[in-house]
Amino acid sequence: MSIFANKNTRLLVQGITGSEGMFHTRACIAYGTNVVAGVTPGKGGQKMDDVPVFNTVKDARKATNANASMIFVPPRFAADSIMEAADAGIELVVCITEGIPVMDMMKVKNYLATRPQTRLIGPNCPGLLTPGECKIGIMPGSIVKPGGPWGVVSRSGTLTYEAVHQLTQVGFGQTTCVGIGGDPVNGTNFIDCLKAFKDDPETKAVVMIGEIGGHAEEDACEWIKENMPDKPVVGFIAGLTAPPGRRMGHAGAIVSGGKGTATAKIEAMKASGVHHCENLGKMGELCKKVFKG
Amino acid sequence: MKIHEYQAKELFRKYNVTTPKGKLATTSAEVEKIADEFGLPVVIKAQVHAGGRGKGGGVKLAKTKADVTPIADSIIGMTLVTKQTGAQGKKVRKVLVEEGLNIKKELYLSIIPDRETASVAIICSQDGGMDIEEVAAKTPERITTVNVSPVTGIQAFHLNQINFGLELDKELHKQMGALVRNLYQLFVDYDCSMVEINPLIITAEGNILALDAKMDFDSNALYRHPDVVEMRDIEEEDPAEAEASKFGLNYIKLDGNVGNIVNGAGLAMATMDIVKMAGAAPANFLDVGGSANAEAIENGFRLIMQDPAVKGILINVFGGILRCDNLANGVVAAANKLKLSVPVVVRMEGTNVAEGRKILAESGLDLVTAKDLADAAEKVAQMVK
Repeated sequence: MSIFANKNTRLLVQGITGSEGMFHTRACIAYGTNVVAGVTPGKGGQKMDDVPVFNTVKDARKATNANASMIFVPPRFAADSIMEAADAGIELVVCITEGIPVMDMMKVKNYLATRPQTRLIGPNCPGLLTPGECKIGIMPGSIVKPGGPWGVVSRSGTLTYEAVHQLTQVGFGQTTCVGIGGDPVNGTNFIDCLKAFKDDPETKAVVMIGEIGGHAEEDACEWIKENMPDKPVVGFIAGLTAPPGRRMGHAGAIVSGGKGTATAKIEAMKASGVHHCENLGKMGELCKKVFKG
Repeated sequence: MKIHEYQAKELFRKYNVTTPKGKLATTSAEVEKIADEFGLPVVIKAQVHAGGRGKGGGVKLAKTKADVTPIADSIIGMTLVTKQTGAQGKKVRKVLVEEGLNIKKELYLSIIPDRETASVAIICSQDGGMDIEEVAAKTPERITTVNVSPVTGIQAFHLNQINFGLELDKELHKQMGALVRNLYQLFVDYDCSMVEINPLIITAEGNILALDAKMDFDSNALYRHPDVVEMRDIEEEDPAEAEASKFGLNYIKLDGNVGNIVNGAGLAMATMDIVKMAGAAPANFLDVGGSANAEAIENGFRLIMQDPAVKGILINVFGGILRCDNLANGVVAAANKLKLSVPVVVRMEGTNVAEGRKILAESGLDLVTAKDLADAAEKVAQMVK
């Protein structure tokens, strides 16, 4: 089992003919993802390798019955691409693009509220990967291990790889690894992922990786305490040493007005029974202690 | 991206948000000329990208003609230290000279994006001129917040909530409503990440004016605001950080002595944290990008080596898309080229890691390979002790 994507996912790629889009589409296909279509306005009728390219998402969906989209469109056009996918009824939209203006994402988020069938993951994220079944995005397929029992959800790309790698090293597989992205306004949040992991019988435990900025981690801890007593959660927060008022790489990673500190998030984890991982280098060991399998 | 107060006020005026009459000066002679033109008193305000200027001695009132030159001389050229500048302070190169006003009441007004509700939050308080975080902590009931959806825009009820929340006299409601509406439009049109007026004043004559103005812009949206890009003052930025932005690297200078080169923002923060935990202090945050290449590593090395405080370097890279053997070649090439003068610990993990480690070991360079992240942090902390 898995969450959000599996072997039945029929993926289309928006921005398939760009260099990034092409490179990562090939990597997804090599991993085993069923890529059924690509979309680049003006290039309809062409092919990227064996993948047919369409002018619009609507055309692509009609012809191929795609149910998921991966977006590699440049930042100034990406908000439009997300809305186009939602308009065409695509159920899962994964936006890898980094650098979308906040104002654009606010409009997208308000638009998506009128399109409840669509789930957005990202933007500014590495995507998601269900080991052995489906890779959507840029996570390296070489570090994952199929079969569960761990679900992974994270705001950061390489930090996700770090956690997944350590799980694999200590012998644990993963059900699905989801990168929800480092932007202040994003689609799917921690709680959405935790709910899905709770409902997934194969996921027995969860790694949750947060960072400074906002209060999504605090909200998630609150939810865990109320709703998921039976599945242990190991949590990590990056940015204890980050200076206040500075944006730490990710647009959303900023402590402002004394809010969004790592300390507050770590305290929320401890107060809600989440196993806080203090030393990132020892996350795998901690997972072994927390869940004996 | 931040701009100066005088630049923010130019944008305010463009949107009919009233500000005191003011002019920019870079010498005391210019200040004197402006004072003659405006009449006394005038307020002389240091223009630097930092809050807390008043407390640091960067904002002064000149009541008489004899005051003007000495005050201007004391501010222009001074190194202003506030809680936001750090101990090294910021050199004042220009001042804003403004007419003195008859202030009856000071209010607070700011606009920021609210990430959780995907809306624009307008925050106001009748306790202007104070530290708003302190007001929020001690008397939260004196703060009014309204959330405006960027799809539907600002509505009359939002303005009502603000006017009654501020307990304003009825005759000021229309003026305040127009000001908030205009400021909201400015915020949205210009992709701001913050607009703050503290204080927003009501004069004895019943006029509402922005006495101060702070603006910050969403750097991802600058491509559609060339006029804002023109306002960038590179001298207000840390030189190394400005240089890093040219290479597309995210670099933030910190006070420690362990330089870090990491791929990915989250991992970079986590690396700083683990260095601290091992008993050392990070000298910087540096994210060379999730799919970093050899060139990015070389530029990162160069930036870090410019910081004289750095006594050791930790490279922490998780090779996913980027293979570890390619990365190792990049590190070796950069180290040979730049003739590193401090010890370097390399921790790499991911695709082709065995080949990568072999390249480092056989390079003949003084590179210390760490077996994992915890080991890397301990090794580098030991070296800088």
